[in-house]
Parts: sequence; C-alpha cells; structure tokens
Amino acid sequence: HTEIVKPKPGEGLKVNYVTPEGERITVLANEGDNLLDLAHAYDVDLEGACEGSLACSTCHVIVEDKYYDMLEEPSDEENDMLDLAFGLTETSRLGCQVCMTKELDGITVKLPSATRNMQVDKER
Amino acid sequence: MYEALPVPYGLVRFGVAPDHPEVKNVIHKFASIAEDARFRFVGNVNIGRDLQFAELKPHYDAIVLSYGAQEDQHLGIPGEESIKNVFSARAFVGWYNGSPEYRNLNPDLTSSDTAVVVGQGNVALDVARTLLSPVDDIARTDITSHAVEALRKSKIKHVHLIGRRGPLQAAFTAKELREMIALPDTKLNIDLNLVHSQIKADAEALAKDRPRRRLMELLIKGATKTFSEEPSKSWTLQFLRSPVELVPHPETNALKAVLLEKNTLQGSPQSPKAVGTGQIEELSTGLLLRSIGYRSVPFRGVPFDSRKGLIPNVKGRVSDEKDSASGLYVSGWLKRGPTGVITATMYDAIETATSIVEDVQAGNLKSQVASKGSDGFESLKDLLKERGANPISFKDWESIDKAEITAGEAKGKPREKIVDVQSMLKIVAAGRAE
Ligand SMILES: Cc1cc2nc3c(=O)[nH]c(=O)nc-3n(C[C@H](O)[C@H](O)[C@H](O)COP(=O)(O)OP(=O)(O)OC[C@H]3O[C@@H](n4cnc5c(N)ncnc54)[C@H](O)[C@@H]3O)c2cc1C
Ligand code: FES
Repeated sequence: HTEIVKPKPGEGLKVNYVTPEGERITVLANEGDNLLDLAHAYDVDLEGACEGSLACSTCHVIVEDKYYDMLEEPSDEENDMLDLAFGLTETSRLGCQVCMTKELDGITVKLPSATRNMQVDKER
Repeated sequence: MYEALPVPYGLVRFGVAPDHPEVKNVIHKFASIAEDARFRFVGNVNIGRDLQFAELKPHYDAIVLSYGAQEDQHLGIPGEESIKNVFSARAFVGWYNGSPEYRNLNPDLTSSDTAVVVGQGNVALDVARTLLSPVDDIARTDITSHAVEALRKSKIKHVHLIGRRGPLQAAFTAKELREMIALPDTKLNIDLNLVHSQIKADAEALAKDRPRRRLMELLIKGATKTFSEEPSKSWTLQFLRSPVELVPHPETNALKAVLLEKNTLQGSPQSPKAVGTGQIEELSTGLLLRSIGYRSVPFRGVPFDSRKGLIPNVKGRVSDEKDSASGLYVSGWLKRGPTGVITATMYDAIETATSIVEDVQAGNLKSQVASKGSDGFESLKDLLKERGANPISFKDWESIDKAEITAGEAKGKPREKIVDVQSMLKIVAAGRAE
C-alpha cells in the first residue's frame, strides 16, 4: 500500500474508471501506480479488503479489451483469487495487481456492478 | 454493534488461519469504521443471555442481524459424541485461534501419527496445513501459544481428508490447495485414475468452468510433484468415502479408527449424489475433526429457515409474511448460509445496506424510537447494569488490542491473543483506570 503522489494537471497518465452506474471518472496516474491505490487516492469506490496482498478479490476490475491485451499475464496467485471474483469476465483483473505504464495511458476499467458505488456525487 | 465477546471481528479473528495474516488486513477497514462518531461498539453483551432480543428491539428503528453461524454440523454416527479426541473443526480452529470457548480443548496430538479430517473445504485444508506446517513457521503467526506448544510435541505426520463425493465436487479453492502443495517434506496422495476419469466424464462442463478446470490441473500437478528425498509427511484426499462409525480403544475410550463406507456417484454429473456401496474400510487414526460445515441458530421471535440454516430474506430484508417492513435486516453467514469468503459477505453487506437506505428514502422505515423517547444503547445501560453486564467500548477493546500486540512482540509474533474473558476484562479495567 503506497501513497500516491498526484501528478500535476496536464501531466501524468490518464485512467478512466467507470462506475456500475455508468459514471466515468478520469484521474491522473504516475508510472508504477496500481489501480487500487490510485482509486483510493481519488476516492473512487473500489474495495481493497486485503490491502493489495492477493488474499481477496474485492479489487476486481474489468479492463477494456484493447488494454487488457497489453497487460502482462496474471500470476497464478492472481488467477486463484480471480476465480473467486463476482461476475468474472474474460478481461477481469485485480486492481491491486495492475500497475500503470506509459503504454496504458488512457486505460478504461469498469467496476463490476456488485460493488454498488453509493456516493456517486462525491467531490473528486 | 452488539457483540457477545469483549473483542470484535468474529471469524476474522477466530476462524481465518493464523498463517493468513493478509486476509486479516480487512480489520484495518473495520477499525476505521469504528472511528466514525455515529458508530458504537457494545462488546461483552450476548443477545439472548444478557439482553433478550425482544428487549433490544424497541430501542432501535432498524436492526441488522449478523451473528454468523455459532454451531457446527454433526456426522450423526456412532461414537461421535462419546469417543475421546473427536472434535469439530470449529472447536479445533477456535482452540488454536484463541477462542475463549475452546481454550481448554486440549487435543491429543501425540498418541497417533495420523489425523482424519472429514470434509474437503477450505476449513479442512486450514486444519491440515496447521497440523503439517513446520512449527517454527506457525510460531511466528498470531496462533495461540498453547497451540504452538502442542504442535511442537505433535506426532501427526499424515492427514486424511475424507470427501463423500469426487474430486470435481471438492469445495476447497486454488489458493488453499496451492499452499498445501507448497508444504515442505509433504506429499499429496490422491487416486489419480479417479481424477482423470472424472475430468473425462465431465469434460464439457469443465471447458466452461475456469475455476474448476484450474483446480483440477493444480490437483494433478500436486499429486505428481517430485521430491529429491522421500517426504516424511503426507496428506491424502480420500474421495468417495463416508464415515459410518468411530472405533474406540476398549480400555481408554480414545479414538482408534474410523470406518469408511465406499460410495459411488449417481445422478447428474453437475451435482451427483454419493450412494453407499456397503463396502467398508477401516482407517486407523487417533484424532478426528469433522469439518462439514457451520450452522446458524435461530433467535427467538425471528423467522428462521432451519433447512437452509439461515434467516429468510429478500435482499437482506427479513421476510415475514405478517410484517414486511419490520425494520429487521440480516447480513453475513446468517443471510447467505454458512459458506463464502469475506468478499462474498462484503457484497451481501452492501446489498443489505442498500436495502436499508432505500427503505429510509421511501419512508418505509418509520422512526418509532424517537416517538417512544428511546435513545438506543443509552436507554439500555441501566438494565444491563442491573444484570451485572459489563459492556465493552471500542476504546476498551483497544486496550486489549494493545496488550496483545505488546505480549506478541516479546515472542516475535504479531500478537499473543488473550484467550479468556476474565483476563480481557482485567486489562479493560486497568485501561479505564488510567
Ligand atoms: C475456519 C475458517 C476460516 C476462514 N478463512 C477465511 C479466509 O481465509 N478468507 C476469507 O475470505 N474468509 C474466510 N473465512 C470466512 C469468513 O470468516 C466469513 O465469511 C465471515 O467471517 C462471516 O462473517 P459473519 O459476520 O457472518 O460471521 P462472524 O464472523 O462469525 O461474526 C459473527 C459475530 O457475532 C457474534 N455473536 C454470535 N452470537 C451472538 C449473540 N447472541 N449476541 C451477540 N453477538 C453474537 C459472534 O461472537 C461473532 O463475533 C473462514 C471461516 C472459517 C470458519
Ligand atoms: S486488494 Fe485484495 S486482492 Fe487486491
């Protein structure tokens, strides 16, 4: 679990989170930030019950096809936990295991609908 | 939040295995909720003992029942209740995890080199792993010291896990299986022919079931693992077997063996039934742990489905034909039945919370309490005092927490759990005096 230093406006890599309600939240990331810590830094409602130690699947995100193919293969341990994720899809990943690279600039991930985002109108 | 014990977190503290500290990270999230000024922890108050549910009810507009599954399933076979060294996994896990209820269990781990666990779920694997792991590794976790002492003396080298159906029906998941396969000096025994034939018979369904397919691949990988030296320990997954009787030593009444009946599978390949063949085998063992599930108990005055072992509900709203907006909700194992990991209970909790919010917004949840002049816990304090109850606040728990962490530091453990309620209350009293 690492502190995210938010890039200055105009710099950084774009990450789009799409909530179950269809709201799109765009945030700026540094190289190396993972999608869970990043979500937390910007108050995006993605759970991380085990704090990124691959012992839950609450940080499940669904990655846009195009970007999914750019990601490195999930480890056996990540697949073990993904198998327990709700609404597993072909492009599911655990947010705590996906780290931003320059290539991933503009990535869009969906938060699965089981994790209802109940504070949609929160300030970010 | 009313809690029977002076300590919070339920099975995250008393169930989750000591060598899974990362699973317990969720406690940080729970503790941050406790910091909210609108939350109050009332520990050491058992509903049904210190306070009747009917006494609690009028003081709140809404109540969420989330008291889990406090009992376990029994095998219902001769010898189960009378022979020594036969326990539920619930008790055994509680013993090594510091549950006050089971601190004096004293399982005998020295009279035999073999233990039998009935059941093939993750709890069964937790128990097997605890029995077979190098003790020095386990001793660095938050496992109780009494358990470490017993495990150091343990002679158990072989653990058999009995499942009434086949490998495709096993309930454990990949993470736990992977950990078992990684155990040093420990071999996995399974009937590989059976595994292969079952995979072949159900190939079509497996192709569409990624988790199960990966699990079978892992099982085969584990069973064909090679060792540079013949391992001294083993674990065996015995499929298609049902325990039918326990056999005691005639003089000591300690467990000597379990009789297993061989089963065949009948019915649909998706959910086949185990049917006994009448063929009996004897398996010598000195310890038997049944790990065939937990069971919730009903609360007086609240609907209960005893067949499913849960409170009937619709999206967390306790369903009762007479009163649809009763202000009663349910969550956790009591809502879904006693299975599922923390992630599953989290989604359930979100659903229940959403229902409550909807009911408030729709005006279905009328505030009766304010009109009756009740102030929740404040209005119950005197009654609790009269009965000699000693409610524990979250701050009180933090004194216990601190004492446990300090005691653990000296031993190189994250914490040394305090295993009896009296000692917990002493620490609380000292903390309050400060
Ligand atoms: C051995 C074991 C290992 C597990 N390992 C894992 C794991 O590695 N990973 C994972 O994700 N999940 C694991 N689980 C599952 C996880 O523990 C459960 O999903 C979760 O704890 C269920 O939460 P709950 O709130 O329904 O019940 P509980 O956690 O049991 O909480 C119920 C609480 O209610 C209290 N209570 C009961 N009756 C009363 C009463 N009358 N008055 C007041 N309070 C009362 C109890 O003291 C308890 O604190 C494990 C479960 C077990 C049994
Ligand atoms: S936070 Fe638990 S697996 Fe990602």
